[in-house]
Amino acid sequence: MRRQLTGALLGVLLALGGARTAHAVDPTQLPDPRLQARYLALTHEFRCMQCQNESLADSPVELAADLRAEVRDMLLAGKSDAQIRAFMVARYGDFILFRPRFNARTAWVWLAPGVLLLAGALVCVRVLRQRAALLPADTEPVQEDART
Amino acid sequence: MLPELGHFALILALLLAALQAFFGIAGPWLGRERWIAAVTPAVAGQFVMVALAAGCLVAAFVGYDFSVAYVADNSNSALPLFYRVTALWGAHEGSLLLWILLLAAWTVAVAFGAARLPRHFAARVLGVLGVVSFGFLLFTLATSNPFLRLDPPAADGADLNPILQDPALAVHPPILYTGYVGFAVAFAFACAAMLEGRMDQSWARWTRPWTTVAWAFLTCGIALGSFWAYYELGWGGFWFWDPVENASFMPWLVGTALVHSLAVTDKRGLFKSWTLLLAILAFSLSMLGTFLVRSGVLVSVHSFAADPKRGVFILAFLIVLVGGALTLYAWRAPRLRSTAGFELGARESFLLFNNVLLVIAAATVFAGTLAPLISDALRLGTLSVGAPYFNPTFMVSMLPLLALLSLGIHAGWKRGRLKDKQRTLLRTLLAAAVLGCAVAFGIFAGARVLTPVGLTLGIWIILASLVDPIDRWRRRLSLPRAVLGMTIAHVGLGLAVIALTTVQSFTVERDVALAAGASAEVGGYQFRFEGVHPIEGPNYGGAGARVAVTRGGAPVAILTPEKRQYWVQRQLTSVTSIRMSRGNNLLVALGDDLGGGGRWSLRIQIRPLVSLIWLAAFVMALGGVLAASDRRYRALRAAEAATAHAAGPAVQGS
Repeated sequence: MRRQLTGALLGVLLALGGARTAHAVDPTQLPDPRLQARYLALTHEFRCMQCQNESLADSPVELAADLRAEVRDMLLAGKSDAQIRAFMVARYGDFILFRPRFNARTAWVWLAPGVLLLAGALVCVRVLRQRAALLPADTEPVQEDART
Repeated sequence: MLPELGHFALILALLLAALQAFFGIAGPWLGRERWIAAVTPAVAGQFVMVALAAGCLVAAFVGYDFSVAYVADNSNSALPLFYRVTALWGAHEGSLLLWILLLAAWTVAVAFGAARLPRHFAARVLGVLGVVSFGFLLFTLATSNPFLRLDPPAADGADLNPILQDPALAVHPPILYTGYVGFAVAFAFACAAMLEGRMDQSWARWTRPWTTVAWAFLTCGIALGSFWAYYELGWGGFWFWDPVENASFMPWLVGTALVHSLAVTDKRGLFKSWTLLLAILAFSLSMLGTFLVRSGVLVSVHSFAADPKRGVFILAFLIVLVGGALTLYAWRAPRLRSTAGFELGARESFLLFNNVLLVIAAATVFAGTLAPLISDALRLGTLSVGAPYFNPTFMVSMLPLLALLSLGIHAGWKRGRLKDKQRTLLRTLLAAAVLGCAVAFGIFAGARVLTPVGLTLGIWIILASLVDPIDRWRRRLSLPRAVLGMTIAHVGLGLAVIALTTVQSFTVERDVALAAGASAEVGGYQFRFEGVHPIEGPNYGGAGARVAVTRGGAPVAILTPEKRQYWVQRQLTSVTSIRMSRGNNLLVALGDDLGGGGRWSLRIQIRPLVSLIWLAAFVMALGGVLAASDRRYRALRAAEAATAHAAGPAVQGS
């Protein structure tokens, strides 16, 4: 009796106000471990459309749970990752992808680190040349011991 | 009464900040000694006033004064005393007040420390800090006043955001802000040097300890935030590349670059203008971080429009302060010329690579964080950028940085002479590679491509860092604190790299559905779910679970995750339960009641070495503090001040 009562109390408590949990716990288990791995990878790559900055896998809202179910069904139906991504983008747009696709509109995001690295390398080469040229004329001694 | 007193004290602080800024900058400019003499009293007065204001707000929280809007919004009669005090920085307005209080405290410390600096230079530093403080005080009073009253008063408060009711997060903002604000000191030193037109090595030497301490605080602050996210947000992750986290990470990256470039400027008189620029940049990013996080601009574009007054003020203040500093820079920097030379392979060249790579890393994070805004503004369509972007792109600059570190610490100034160290370097690298591969493929199975690389680099950094101190110890040579601090900080970095690689490669995570009495096996441990019982705290209720963990029949731990519902805000939060076992962190989070007679979903995670990430951050910070306390700075400062004083005030800019 007492156990039932506390159980009911808990149920009411947790249902109150439609409050959201801090995170989703998703016990979905696909039959094949490889499918399961793909399921986890995909749900972490899609964004929850209702939340601030959470992936489908982490989001506790209902829409995210529905989309996870959809990903699961597509995986079970034998769809490829690319097909599932294409489906999600067709429905929700590029916004749903945490890993932006590489195309004319998003190329700059992906190329930025490479371009920066190249620019950095050029700067280094220039500075090193300049400083190496100054080396013969620089006769000021350096304290060898003081490292820091 | 008290809130009005606090409000009044804040207004007085604003006036004193104005005086401090005016006397500090105009005094040396016009050569008015009496104006200069008034700067320090203004600093002291401002600190007293700001502390009084903060005290009044704390008193309002402690005394349940729900007639104050900020108190009513962020506390509740059931909130425990500790959180009523920390609620001070629970939202935007109070966070700003905390920022100002910490800035005032740093300024007092600088005023004391600067007693040995040339008078004019010290006055200018304090003057620039006064400008910063004035801007923040004006912003607080004009748009974010925490002392506004409610009429009629609220019957009870709306409570502090439940996820902030946690010890780690309670102390996270003050420590993080101490770091942010500390970069204001570097900024002020840089501006003072430019105002004075004396941008030789001395300003860099004077700034170094301050900047290093600020950097150490920022390191701790970020680590605490990450630790909190790990156990409080319930995902069990430690870094999400969330805009809020990135906002604190960018100043850290640039600040790290600054700490290193200051070394070059101090020792060799090189990179002078670059160091000035980094000092400006580090503080600009700190300010951006402060504003953006609490005012909500970064997280959501919409809250910017919600209070346009704040947004416009922030923008204007940033433009005035950063724009002013950059103008000063554009005017002064072209005069800087250095004739010092060095070759490829010299310590200078490695510190150059360090700076370039760290700034690229910061720029990458910046681009990724702002990409959604930029893309939207350029009408390229909406897009999201998350961990799948940041993780690989961050590696582009991080891997070379880590690989070059071990070489850099062995290179000499001017001429590298790495040939002499060739054998040491090769031996440590070989040892690191053997160890790294042994861990990656031996202890754990199924390593990823980057696993042995990361482990090797991390171990190499530690081994290579220890060579020199061990050598000195053997030969009974002295080990200055600066060298010891650097070594400890680099060992900390190596530990962090090892921990991050291990966690990223070998985490086992499973979400399971269990009925009471059922078990699940994850990563060699058995997790037996013993059911759920109701719990009640001072201002929340909820459900607590018991999970008994065993390994091969032997008991390991009892884990007790909770799900709390805070009465006032009706928000459910998850309290994960974590135990250490054989270097692994076992984490269980309670999910949902799935119905069907006590079936619940649970998240089970086994993260090897994850605690080492935060420990490593504290080791790095400890290294920073040690290095900053080196006798050299104190001795040099006294000597330099004497010579600078004898030479009289430096050239006036006109």
